[in-house]
Amino acid sequence: MIEISKLTKRFAQHTVVDDLSFRVERGEVLGFLGPNGAGKSTTMKMLTGFLAPTSGTASILGFDIQKDRLKAQRQIGYLPEGAPCYGDMTVRSFLEFITEVRGFRGAEKRQRVAKAVAQVELENVLEQSIETLSKGFKRRVGLAQAIVHDPRVLILDEPTDGLDPNQKHQVRKLIQSLSYDKIVIISTHILEEVSAVCTRAVVIAHGKLLADGTPLELESRSRYHQAVTLVAEEPLDVVALAALPGVIGVEENEREHSLSVLAKPGQVIFPQVNALIAQRGWRVKELNVERGRLDEVFRSLTRGEMV
Amino acid sequence: MRQLPVLFKRELASYFTTPLAYVFIVIFLVLSGVFTFYLGNFFESGQANLAPFFAFHPWLYLFLVPAIAMRLWAEERKSGTIELLMTLPVTRFEAVTGKFLAAWAFAGLALLLTFPMIITVNYLGEPDNGAIITGYIGSWLLAGAYLAIGSCMSALAKNQVIAFILAVSVCFLFIVSGFPMVLDGFSGWAPQWVIDAVASLSFLTRFDAISKGVIDLRDLLYFLTLIAAWLAATAVVIDLKKAD
Repeated sequence: MIEISKLTKRFAQHTVVDDLSFRVERGEVLGFLGPNGAGKSTTMKMLTGFLAPTSGTASILGFDIQKDRLKAQRQIGYLPEGAPCYGDMTVRSFLEFITEVRGFRGAEKRQRVAKAVAQVELENVLEQSIETLSKGFKRRVGLAQAIVHDPRVLILDEPTDGLDPNQKHQVRKLIQSLSYDKIVIISTHILEEVSAVCTRAVVIAHGKLLADGTPLELESRSRYHQAVTLVAEEPLDVVALAALPGVIGVEENEREHSLSVLAKPGQVIFPQVNALIAQRGWRVKELNVERGRLDEVFRSLTRGEMV
Repeated sequence: MRQLPVLFKRELASYFTTPLAYVFIVIFLVLSGVFTFYLGNFFESGQANLAPFFAFHPWLYLFLVPAIAMRLWAEERKSGTIELLMTLPVTRFEAVTGKFLAAWAFAGLALLLTFPMIITVNYLGEPDNGAIITGYIGSWLLAGAYLAIGSCMSALAKNQVIAFILAVSVCFLFIVSGFPMVLDGFSGWAPQWVIDAVASLSFLTRFDAISKGVIDLRDLLYFLTLIAAWLAATAVVIDLKKAD
């Protein structure tokens, strides 16, 4: 379990992380969301013992990151932002170095390096120096060094930033396959990632906690939650749709004859809309019930308009 | 303490992954030869000792050692690997000492490669080899003191060139603190003990004694304390500046 309590970080007069408290349990994949400069990286740097908090505490599996720094750090695999590595080393010697620092020697060291290399598919570049690798490979080297000691806590700062869609998919699958029995915290500002891999999402802005829940719960805070979007071949009767019970409003979309019918919070409007279509005999090409739009929730949350 | 050898090994190996290390060794060997034979008048002095060789080391190191030390921490901060290093389960002591010892070992290696000097002087005459060995020890300690200062300056500056200039300046202060021109500046107003303290900080007086074969425990302690103090300062500076 990771426990963060009243964590605060101030640089000069500027408060980057402001009285942040939450817990993460084993088996959870926590998505740490926020706009750039929200304090995500700073929080992670405090969690991993790189920065000392101005006030407040953080503990990793019961070890206080300030008082028991080394014990806490042994439990953590950490991918810092931008995946910094010693560029002049080869992939193999770099991973062996990290594994040795983690306390493994001889056959066990080689075995662990081989396993991590296989997990992130680095076999073909083992003898290349890291600075000659592409961005995607560098990121994978960073991931390999984070998982080489099979840590119980994995903290990844923007693990898919700058990767192409295939690589993103691969990294997400890797995180999912690793997450069993571990605590995983990933920071990101890519929202699809949260729906794809996280079991829980925490949104922060200006160092403050704004929302905390499953991705589904967050989506349900969207005004598009349970909205019905339809595309028809002829003009639709906006007034009739807006008058249906449970409907709070109707929005016109950019496409011709396309509308989004918004539901009141907590209401389901699909049956009513469907009945009206049948009754009027509209020729509807597309009909979607929306789960909610995370990006819209994110925008309204981080701009300070509470949903 | 278990991780110290691991950090030491990585750091030392990193010197040899670039041609820089070889260039450095060649420059060191060429310059120490030039200084000894041309400026030091090794042959003309007609004495079978290495005094002309060691006499120039404080000045040779003034520029060469900060060049080794400048990358120690500045590079880690610039490339962001300091975040990686500091979140691994290693103590500050292990990180600072591991890096320093690797640089010191590298300087020692460069120094050992001057062995043809010993052969030459033994071929030409019958020198006091004990004094030569103390000279080497003294020279290595001197390099260590420069490196410890350079390590602290490298932690202070993110830019390697600035780290180099800072280290040269501070090392220079430690050399000239025994010179009359510096002491004269104090003699008008400062009490005698201040003048003595400033004079006793000088590398030159200490190094002269050791390089002539006189090992005084106080001189050894001076160098070792100086190294320890600057390394402790390095650790403090890293904690203060690592996030910048």
